[in-house]
Amino acid sequence: MTEEAPAPLLKLRNIRKSFGDLEVLKGIDLDVAKGEVVSIIGASGSGKSTFLRSINAIEPADGGTMDFDGQQFDFDRASGLYPTARQLQALRARIGMVFQSYNLWPHKTVLENVIHAPMNVLGQSRAEATEVAGALLDRIGLYDKKDSSPQRLSGGQQQRVAIARALAMKPRLMLFDEVTSALDPELVHEVLMLMASLAKEGMTMLLVTHEMSFARDVSSRVLFFDRGVIGEEGAPSKVLRDPESPRLRQFLHSILHDDLSQAGAGKGLIQ
Amino acid sequence: MSGYLNDIQVYGPGFLTAAWTVLWLTLLTIVLSWVFGLAAALGQRSDLAWVRAIAAFYVWFIRGTPALIQIFIVYFGMPQLGIRLSPYTAGVLALAINSGAYVTEIIRSGLQAIPKGQMESSLALGFSQRATMRTIILPQVARIILPAITNEALSTLKNTSLLSTITVVELTLYAQTLISATFRPFDFYIAVAIIYLVLTTILTQLAAFFERRYARLY
Repeated sequence: MTEEAPAPLLKLRNIRKSFGDLEVLKGIDLDVAKGEVVSIIGASGSGKSTFLRSINAIEPADGGTMDFDGQQFDFDRASGLYPTARQLQALRARIGMVFQSYNLWPHKTVLENVIHAPMNVLGQSRAEATEVAGALLDRIGLYDKKDSSPQRLSGGQQQRVAIARALAMKPRLMLFDEVTSALDPELVHEVLMLMASLAKEGMTMLLVTHEMSFARDVSSRVLFFDRGVIGEEGAPSKVLRDPESPRLRQFLHSILHDDLSQAGAGKGLIQ
Repeated sequence: MSGYLNDIQVYGPGFLTAAWTVLWLTLLTIVLSWVFGLAAALGQRSDLAWVRAIAAFYVWFIRGTPALIQIFIVYFGMPQLGIRLSPYTAGVLALAINSGAYVTEIIRSGLQAIPKGQMESSLALGFSQRATMRTIILPQVARIILPAITNEALSTLKNTSLLSTITVVELTLYAQTLISATFRPFDFYIAVAIIYLVLTTILTQLAAFFERRYARLY
């Protein structure tokens, strides 16, 4: 009489992806339960962004299967079950994604950015979409900017609008791809605060990040990507404080203790 | 001076008709050239190799041959293949095919100027490629390419004078007819030049108006 755990919201098996001869993802398995916040860390080129982009198939995997919210996808083109363009569209409509470079549309106002997809993908009326968007913009503190061009906003404001734009689709899962990496340091906080509050409300989130404090304090699990595989995973306290593999230790050391006073020590560079 | 006032009374209506012909030939040609240019520019990005090949050939051929020869091929050459077009139809078609190749290159450069993230953020929200192109990419391209498109439209307007060679009674041919009757080439060619100048100025102002309107949106 074992009690069965609820099926995960997202279940990935053997996800593979190559660019030409370069194998970027070498068979990733991952289960994400509803409400989980999973941080993905790793050196550049480890495949973490590619992995995130394969989940909503903006960069579809070349192989492997995915269960998302009760729907199955097979990314092996030889299987004959490869999803159609329409199926991928429907999948993406239920997964929100936020990018490093915000990617707001400059020819639309802030409000139009937020209501465009709900109206044209979900078929909401303008009134309905505007009401939802208004509440979201209010929440991120940018309601008074609704008629501005996104280009008039700061990077942090733009990124918050990008998050609101994704949330307006009422996604079941949110993907964040290094969303604070392009921001000036003083603007990082406002974006992380918004993400933390989403996590608190139970939004299922997968994020690629270099913000170790966010990974430590907000996420329920941390994955360390290393050369196309998950090198290590577990609770943040375990992975970040007590890493097992030398590679992870090295990685954490390089980003947490980048003490520049040691640079050139003993080599007589500054004499 | 009274001689010139008299001229305007005598020849003015004829010139006005000819100018009107230039205007509608130009507008038809511009619209058609955009259709050709957009089709070829999107064709250049097609997944299908043969579509890309056709688009590449089109641009290569048209940009590498004189407009006058292209007009002759359509008007004088096609009848040999059993396709007989009126001078006006042949003229608009030939000029539009010609201008379309340049429009293709203009749109291509505009498409290249749009960051990849614009497409990705739209796809990520569940839009199709086609809807993304229509609602996100092309509106931004339109704004970027407006100055270049205006230049191309001015070229098209001036190129309508080439249609005088295939019996389209536009400004140039009309003036030539008058000159052969009156032996006053200076007067009439200057008059024609002034009318072209008025037309191109109107076109430029129109483009400037749209540019200002777009600028407000950003």
